Amino acid sequence: MSAARDELLARIRAALADVEPVAVTRAYREVGTLDRASVVERFVERIEDYGATVIRSSDPAVAVAALLSGRVVIVHELPASLRPSGVELIEDDGLTALQLDEIDAALTTCAAACAETGSIALDGGPGQGRRALTLVPDLHVCIVRVADIVETVPELIDRLAPSAREGRPIVIVSGPSATSDIELARVEGVHGPRRLVVVLHDCPTVMSIPQT
Amino acid sequence: MIGRAALFVTCLADTLYPSVGIATVTVLERLGVSVSFPREQTCCGQMHFNSGYVDEARQLGQRFVDVFAGEPVVVTPSASCAAHVRHQYAELLGDDARGVPESVVELSQFVSGLGAVAIGARFRGTVTYHPTCHSLRVLRVGDSPLRLLREVEGLGLVELPDADECCGFGGTFAVKNAAVSSAMLADKLDAIESTGADVVCACDSSCLMHIGGGLRRRGSRVRAVHLAEILAGAS
Amino acid sequence: MVRACAPFIWRKFLPVPPSRAAARDAAPVVFPQAARAGLANAQLRANLNAATTTIREKRAQVVAEVGDWEELRDAAAAIKDSALHRLDTVLLELEATVTKARGIVHWARDAAEANRIVVDLVRATGADEVVKVKSLATDEIRLNEALEAGGIRPIETDLAELIVQLAGERASHLLVPAIHKNRTEIRDLLRVALDRPDLTDEPTELTAAARLHLRAAFLRARVAISGANFAVAETGTICVVESEGNGRMCTTLPETLITVMGIEKVVPEWRDLGVFLQLLPRSATGERMNPYTSLWAGVRAGDGPSAFHLVLLDNGRTRALADDVGRPALRCIRCSACVNVCPVYRRVGGHAYHTVYAGPIGAILQPQLSGESGQAGSLPFASSLCGACADVCPVKIDIPRILVRERARAVAAERQGLEGATLRRLGRILSDRRRYERAQRLTRVLQRPALRDGHLRWFPGPLGGWGESRDLPGVPAQTFREWWEARERGA
Ligand code: SF4
Repeated sequence: MSAARDELLARIRAALADVEPVAVTRAYREVGTLDRASVVERFVERIEDYGATVIRSSDPAVAVAALLSGRVVIVHELPASLRPSGVELIEDDGLTALQLDEIDAALTTCAAACAETGSIALDGGPGQGRRALTLVPDLHVCIVRVADIVETVPELIDRLAPSAREGRPIVIVSGPSATSDIELARVEGVHGPRRLVVVLHDCPTVMSIPQT
Repeated sequence: MIGRAALFVTCLADTLYPSVGIATVTVLERLGVSVSFPREQTCCGQMHFNSGYVDEARQLGQRFVDVFAGEPVVVTPSASCAAHVRHQYAELLGDDARGVPESVVELSQFVSGLGAVAIGARFRGTVTYHPTCHSLRVLRVGDSPLRLLREVEGLGLVELPDADECCGFGGTFAVKNAAVSSAMLADKLDAIESTGADVVCACDSSCLMHIGGGLRRRGSRVRAVHLAEILAGAS
Repeated sequence: MVRACAPFIWRKFLPVPPSRAAARDAAPVVFPQAARAGLANAQLRANLNAATTTIREKRAQVVAEVGDWEELRDAAAAIKDSALHRLDTVLLELEATVTKARGIVHWARDAAEANRIVVDLVRATGADEVVKVKSLATDEIRLNEALEAGGIRPIETDLAELIVQLAGERASHLLVPAIHKNRTEIRDLLRVALDRPDLTDEPTELTAAARLHLRAAFLRARVAISGANFAVAETGTICVVESEGNGRMCTTLPETLITVMGIEKVVPEWRDLGVFLQLLPRSATGERMNPYTSLWAGVRAGDGPSAFHLVLLDNGRTRALADDVGRPALRCIRCSACVNVCPVYRRVGGHAYHTVYAGPIGAILQPQLSGESGQAGSLPFASSLCGACADVCPVKIDIPRILVRERARAVAAERQGLEGATLRRLGRILSDRRRYERAQRLTRVLQRPALRDGHLRWFPGPLGGWGESRDLPGVPAQTFREWWEARERGA
């Protein structure tokens, strides 16, 4: 085992006898330039373009209640103000994959969102739970705070840096699962949730738990 | 204005398409350029280099440099040869390239570089233009050939569908992978014929040899003509 | 591995055993022969053409949206080079960060070693099947065969990989392995393989059938195997980019996750992902972002697998790294943009290349990784050097330049038969002006009996292929230089 490691490293060092270090110039756009309203517009346009449904609401609990039926998995920390009434809410206490498969939907918040690509990012932070929750049930309803939407991909990656450094698993989601494997025709809904609903929520005070 | 230029006619035009060389001389002289033809010239070595015969390519490259060293401007009617000299010689020859690569200019770029000069060309018929891969992606001649064609009196220019698709020539590729090359050619010929043009025009005799040879084999009425020949036309 | 499969290639394309075949065919003919098979298959060509045209148009659209595309390409190339030029340090950093996150790092010098590591790891869990995320690295080392030999059933979970696996075929495209098949062919296959005679050829319905088939496998799986698109040394993060959710299933649900990754996949910093996650989806599927990007480091209590193994694979990569011209090929992020624009690939399909990495990138990578020229030296020649690949490559690999370099190696390694003799002879003629002029005059005489209307239709020896579809003018009565001299004399 360590013989392989030693030999591999030796091969690399031998191969690199002639090289110079390379400096990286980052002339690309790291920070966006759009105003807030345009960032939100772009996010909505792009995530809808990839098959997600977007709902804007000042009262997410009500909006969500109208969407959901049956059994919905949430995390314990999901604030009461985001919890819909009229559905069976199940707090995740280590449900097995098979149990999750019996559940109709997952309701979560997210860590950040990106306008340019129409993406949401989950890092297991408060309100989000572990990865399996938003994977196995067929519908994922995600509450996105307007303040959490950034414009560019480098900004999104930057936002997620503290979570990555902490070793938290991250998933970046852009629309429902999809495949283009048959004649490159896009089909939405494969193994991941077949439906993704984003509830845009502009009240920044509801979820005030810091990310790091 | 440049008063003097040496012509690198290329081995292919010299041997099989003298009319391209003659047309190049005509165009240059009409623009007031005094043309010289260093007789020792043969081949730039492109085919050998691209086929993996580096020793032969280096030898031919060295020869090319010896023949053209000291010439301030060398004009050639071949985009792929110009691309080879300009972009591969430095690696192939190092310091021995003696500044020659920089002096080599492809014809359409040379003429365009002279600014808004009237070439005084006339041509009857419709023409479609095929941008050859090396003119497009290595030499990056851009639309200079098209701009020159638009100035030709009487010439109707029609757009070629999927113009930037390779015609399938590729030097020895055309014989080593003859079946693929022929399939690519067939698609290119279909595109050319679909335009209804009388003539397909390009900046490379090599691709034109392949396209023209294919058109002839098909019995097509479309002719393959080098840009120089159209620009030289004063009929 | 490539070495080991060579006899298979020969058997498939030559009716006689390899040794005799090699003796008979001194000239390397394998790619051209395989290409003819692809060309002759009208259905294949139609499928390929339709699919690659769609994907190219989508790519062009979303690339045009990005104002700083060129700056991103420059940064991406530099980031990859900066990692490659100190690969030992960067890999050691990755090892440290993954270990700190309670992952276990393994080093594999070649395919056999990697396979042994993986099979032993799976065996230790007691599982007799594994779910797999599409991974070129594991295709390259033929891990599935090794698993099967070890009594472990690999289940491919990417739809196209599943199709190819069920059909008992090999992938024909880096990203869309079943690109050679159309919906009717896929329907016929799934009807039998999944025992679903009711299926129509609607992609939605075919996809739903696959979902149903695989869901049970995901839910019961104890071990998963994945590749990696990127690994971040700074944070120990592994990144898998996908669309269907099968990647998320595999990297989330099972107890044990094993990732096999080529050593060139490492990038130094977390922020580097801000570059690659823009370039990859747009270049690959023509999407602004793929549906799912999974990022994880080691194991996380209460979320995902409880054991994580990272297998770092060399298998020829250090050989490529040692080559100053070929080194940039290791920047490749397997987006397949070069494949989709390649006029040769688009006409012959991926199977003609006989390597996991088909298309232009395969034509340079396969010879580099194996240390041999692919298919008896024919792969680097499977290109017209049109340069379309280099134009679209998000990490700016000058593929034509490396192809030419591999050609030079092939030429140096073995005599190219009659072709080599002809080209060397021609080189001698062209390097002496008098000899050259004599050859012009001599050809004018020799061609006479074959000329029809000033043209030739048939050509001898290695030039024979020209006559398949093209005429050629003979040497005219006056060459250019003869015209010039006549004019000078007249003046
Ligand atoms: S060589 Fe470039 S274009 Fe081709 S697959 Fe690799 S990264 Fe993509």
